[in-house]
Amino acid sequence: MLLVEGLCCERGRNKVLRDIDFKVAAGEVLAVLGTNGAGKSTLLASLTGELTPSAGRVELAGRALADWPPLERARRLAVLPQSSSLAFAFSVTEVVAMGRLPHASGQQQDDAIVMQAMHATDVSHLATRSYLSLSGGERQRVHLARVLSQVWDAAGQGCLLLDEPTSSLDLAHQQLILQQARDMAARGLAVIVVLHDLNLAARYADRLLLLHQGRVRSIGTPWDVLSVERIAEVFGVVVQVEKHPLQDSPLIIV
Amino acid sequence: MVAAYRFKPVITLLLLALLLVAVLLSLALGPVAIPLGDTLRVLLRWFSTADLPTDQVLIIEHIRLPRTLMGILVGATLALTGAAMQGLFRNPLADPGLIGVSSGAALGAALMIVLGSSMLSALPSFVLPYATVLGAFAGGVITTWLVYRLGQSVQGTSVASMLLAGIAIAAISGAVIGMLSYLADDAMLRTLTFWNMGSLGSANYQRVAVLALCCALVWWRLPRQAKALNALLLGESEARHLGVDVERVKRELVLLTALGVGACVAAAGLIGFVGLVVPHLVRLLLGADHRRVLPVSMLLGASLLLLADVGARLLIAPAELPLGIITALLGAPFFLALLMRAQRRGGV
Repeated sequence: MLLVEGLCCERGRNKVLRDIDFKVAAGEVLAVLGTNGAGKSTLLASLTGELTPSAGRVELAGRALADWPPLERARRLAVLPQSSSLAFAFSVTEVVAMGRLPHASGQQQDDAIVMQAMHATDVSHLATRSYLSLSGGERQRVHLARVLSQVWDAAGQGCLLLDEPTSSLDLAHQQLILQQARDMAARGLAVIVVLHDLNLAARYADRLLLLHQGRVRSIGTPWDVLSVERIAEVFGVVVQVEKHPLQDSPLIIV
Repeated sequence: MVAAYRFKPVITLLLLALLLVAVLLSLALGPVAIPLGDTLRVLLRWFSTADLPTDQVLIIEHIRLPRTLMGILVGATLALTGAAMQGLFRNPLADPGLIGVSSGAALGAALMIVLGSSMLSALPSFVLPYATVLGAFAGGVITTWLVYRLGQSVQGTSVASMLLAGIAIAAISGAVIGMLSYLADDAMLRTLTFWNMGSLGSANYQRVAVLALCCALVWWRLPRQAKALNALLLGESEARHLGVDVERVKRELVLLTALGVGACVAAAGLIGFVGLVVPHLVRLLLGADHRRVLPVSMLLGASLLLLADVGARLLIAPAELPLGIITALLGAPFFLALLMRAQRRGGV
């Protein structure tokens, strides 16, 4: 679904990303990990087309990202930002319905999709509330519903990018949002999620991509990527890696 | 909130009725009060052969009708551009007057009036009103861009920078207009003073025609950006992710806003706070969706400006208060209240 080949990016004179190669298939969740300044935000910005790479290419569904007309691209690629600065009293339904902006599918179908997306992220009961009256976790779920409704009918050919979706959320909501990401992958989307929490990544992602100093340090299954030596090398922290007692994923103990 | 959503069509109908009342009052009231029945009869004169006193016909046709038309155009356009500007700046406190766009437009218009007439003396006189609008438009475009760039920060736009930029621009244009007043002759001087106060008193059909031409373009193009404005409120990147061509939309919004404000300033001088107060009231009534806020703001803006103008005519009749003073007296406390509320919520 999403293919990245030989991607290099510069910000000013700094080479922030070098020779990044990976691809994400439909139905897969890829978590991007790395220290602050490893290049995660830059990578995300080049995947959304906000940043033009200095070399290499990004392909969405077999077509170079830059070649997509903006509206058509928006129907297949949705981005959940870390936080939103929306300061106007839209109702929750109105915010979610903004996800249907690039579509011309008609009011009736849009309404149905908006309802389903709100149901999926458990915000249906907030439908008529003003966005401004919501808590941080509720707002994040509303925006998740918005990006879901944006690529709702792109199953099998859409891509969802989540930028640290759990950073301001409590334990229960972290699980809820990432479970949503899994469900969306099950619906046939390719999901890329930037995360800080290694355990969340290990638990919910099919594969991990570990960025270090602008390069791919390691990519593969959680067991491949999250070794004691590599975590010590990249994060500078000595940890223990055990098997999660309830499921087959690594558990990092600091 | 929920109740408000249910009564949307009713509210819009009520506002339409309010506009109708405001238009009738604006035609009927003034130093010479004309009974409502007679006012209606003058308006319907073309359809009937009623015998009416000529002075009433003259007052309504030559003084109050152009004035009322100008009030509708200016009120609706200021409210519309105010709403658009708040969307563009992603900040509910933006207003053409407060952030210096009107001052910039006034400066452009003043430069045209004082210096332009000597430069453009070769041109026929009917071009001059357009030249004033053009000057106001240019001043408006430059200041809108400037303030937008200055106010831009990582977390969206900061009101503090916006207002400071507005103060600076108002100071510059005040100084330059002051300087111009030394160069100006008597007629120009009167025009310049009038600029700083704002009034519909100078309305005539020629001015209304020029204004209507500019406003028509703004009324036609701006509401089409309602969806894009909604998306812009999420943030520029978010709007881009939704497929909005952000740069093009921004350019169009800045140009249309500057044209609308410029034309209003050129026609009626500096009338503040309409663009701030009206969209706020509309959002309270109908929510934040620009597809409703933009057209309904136009309705309410026209009504409120007409009512304020009636007040300007009546309060110290037979003399007349400048309209800008009335809107400032009503609008400034409203702005202060909004500012205090925003501060209580933590952050402007």
